[in-house]
Amino acid sequence: MSPNGATPLALRAVKDAAIWGAVALGLFVPLIALQAVQDIRGELRLETRWPLLVVLVALVVAGSLLNSLVITPWQERRARAAPRPDGSAGRFAAGLGRWFPPFAIGFVTVFPFLALWLVGFQGGLKWIDNFGIQILIYVMLGFGLNIVVGLAGLLDLGYVAFYAVGAYSYALLAKEFGLSFFTLLPLAGILAAFWGILLGFPVLRLRGDYLAIVTLAFGEIIRLVLINWVPVTNGYAGISGIPRPTFFGIPFNASDSGFAAVFGLEFSPIYRSVFLYYIILALALVTAFVTVRLRRLPIGRAWEALREDEIACRSLGIDTTTTKLTAFAIGAMFGGFAGSFFAARQGFISPESFTFMESATILAIVVLGGMGSQIGVAIAAVAMIGGTELLRELDALKAVFGREFDPTQYRMLLFGFAMVLIMIWKPRGLIATRDPSVFLKERKAVSGSLVKEGHG
Amino acid sequence: MEVFVQQLINGITLGSIYGLIAIGYTMVFGIIGMVNFAHGDVFMVSAFVALIAFLVLTTWLGIASVTLALFIVLIVAMVLTGVLNWAIERLAYRPLRGSFRLAPLISAIGMSIFLMNFVQVAQGPRNKSIPPLLSGEFVLMGGSGYQVTLSYKQIMVWVVTAVLLAAFWWLVSRTALGRAQRACEQDQKMASLLGVDVDRTVSITFVMGAALAAVAGTMYLMYYGVISFADGFTPGVKAFTAAVLGGIGSLPGAVIGGLLIGLVETLWSAYFSIDYKDVAAFSILAVVLIFLPQGLLGRPEVEKV
Repeated sequence: MSPNGATPLALRAVKDAAIWGAVALGLFVPLIALQAVQDIRGELRLETRWPLLVVLVALVVAGSLLNSLVITPWQERRARAAPRPDGSAGRFAAGLGRWFPPFAIGFVTVFPFLALWLVGFQGGLKWIDNFGIQILIYVMLGFGLNIVVGLAGLLDLGYVAFYAVGAYSYALLAKEFGLSFFTLLPLAGILAAFWGILLGFPVLRLRGDYLAIVTLAFGEIIRLVLINWVPVTNGYAGISGIPRPTFFGIPFNASDSGFAAVFGLEFSPIYRSVFLYYIILALALVTAFVTVRLRRLPIGRAWEALREDEIACRSLGIDTTTTKLTAFAIGAMFGGFAGSFFAARQGFISPESFTFMESATILAIVVLGGMGSQIGVAIAAVAMIGGTELLRELDALKAVFGREFDPTQYRMLLFGFAMVLIMIWKPRGLIATRDPSVFLKERKAVSGSLVKEGHG
Repeated sequence: MEVFVQQLINGITLGSIYGLIAIGYTMVFGIIGMVNFAHGDVFMVSAFVALIAFLVLTTWLGIASVTLALFIVLIVAMVLTGVLNWAIERLAYRPLRGSFRLAPLISAIGMSIFLMNFVQVAQGPRNKSIPPLLSGEFVLMGGSGYQVTLSYKQIMVWVVTAVLLAAFWWLVSRTALGRAQRACEQDQKMASLLGVDVDRTVSITFVMGAALAAVAGTMYLMYYGVISFADGFTPGVKAFTAAVLGGIGSLPGAVIGGLLIGLVETLWSAYFSIDYKDVAAFSILAVVLIFLPQGLLGRPEVEKV
């Protein structure tokens, strides 16, 4: 594909654009230009959207031209110019690794007060609840899945199952036995870890794609059981009235013994949100800290070795069974923590919250952020979850695209598209770290990203 | 007895649909060793293409003959779904050959999410149902009590599946194209040294898989009369189960696996619990992969270091 080939670049670009334009036209005529709409009598009829078709086909043609005239030559020039031995990008990532975490932790610690100070009690609730807590739940889930996918290299498509186990454990035990949130949090984590081991055992021999599909099957089985085991889980209707966490025994309500009354404040739901925010923040930080420390332990190094090459790993005498099971169990445990927090925060759970799409979202966060990179996962969670919450707020978009435009519909569409693009452009994620966590004397120049991964 | 025979008929019908989808999984896995996670959603898209082609034919062009309409719908769906899968392979999978081992699978998952939500946005989230076609049935057994029936729709599914499988079988086993495919499956490097255009062969494999998925999509739409954007996921996983059960990489295995999964599902629903039928299918997947990873007709995988 050199530009000095027989046919000039421009001609080939036009040819490619024509082909892709034709493909887009062929596919978009039935799927976009014609829409099957159910009318009032329940009968289907066709509605047409020709202008939209023209716009989209034009976009595809423009994209194809851009790719063959600008992006491909640029990539070829760069590939020719320097076989870069992990230069600028590596230094950039290292720099980011130094200054970013303290800054980020400082920011998220003061975030609720910042929000309250800037937008007041009314607006602050939205920022703390919809943005802060929501994002931090996904950061925590991302960190947990990152242990399984990013460190141990085991693609788990059923991670949401452990999230569900944690949530239902908390909901059922809290309602039946009236135990407090802080008693049940570790218990939910342990139960989820137990499930992680239980599901991990049969799949030990499987690798790569097969492992992914079986974890997906397990995730679906757990969800189907939650739906159908009505006496315990109440099926589709879900469990409501789940006890909320209390401030060391003081509930967040408007009563005389409530948090506001005890501390002599005016009652507001904001206190509970701030409290929950700090719980999930602490949980996420603990997860991050534990992961960082684990990476330096023998087990963490074994995970990384397993990710790079399973056969070599086994030849060196690493017990792959224990290595895989601990990865599953620890990942599941953090999923369970997040799940019990989710149940406590919502006060209501149903199987609807634990679909495959949820697993896919968490996986997308890990993949886009960079498998194995904590900073990357955190940034990806902020961008993806915060970004979609932000889309909800943008009324300007409604003015452009019309009244019925609902940006949240496009969330998963963009996630899927981004996953494909990232795999093509930077298969290691935006912040790729395959550098070994532990090294002798100095980090060697031949880092993981230059070596092709073994097919373990 | 009557119930059993009826469930057998239903199971074979459902199993034919799974078998057609499973061939797409098994061929792609055979040739490039990846699980094409988006295949179930390609099946769903094909059902939507069929739905819209059907509406164009009946409401705009006013074609009254169901057989003619069905034939045209089938062709349109096969062609367009083939084009779709060709484009997916070019955009999402081909650039990833030689990348790290999970990259194509993650890309396929991304593509699956994209397709599902694309259809949701473009065609709306609600179920689309068409008026029943070809209503009518033969009564095979049981005059008074439980009647065993074989509907025209079921006959249609059987006949179309059988004809297309025969054509497909001829294509794979008797033509130069099929030979190139089998060569690429055994050894891509050697095949390319001997003058087989590997990229082209892989593309054609994707197109063929999609065409068969389109047949399954059209049949699914005609048989159940309803389709929604989320309907690709579960049949996709079940068809993958069928491919694994039959031995991934083996074409007859995919069909046999599909029929078995269809039978298990209908018999399970009839005799045990309809709520847990998907659990049964997913459990089969896990059990087969764990205890019989090479499937019924597959070759055991030899690990080279």
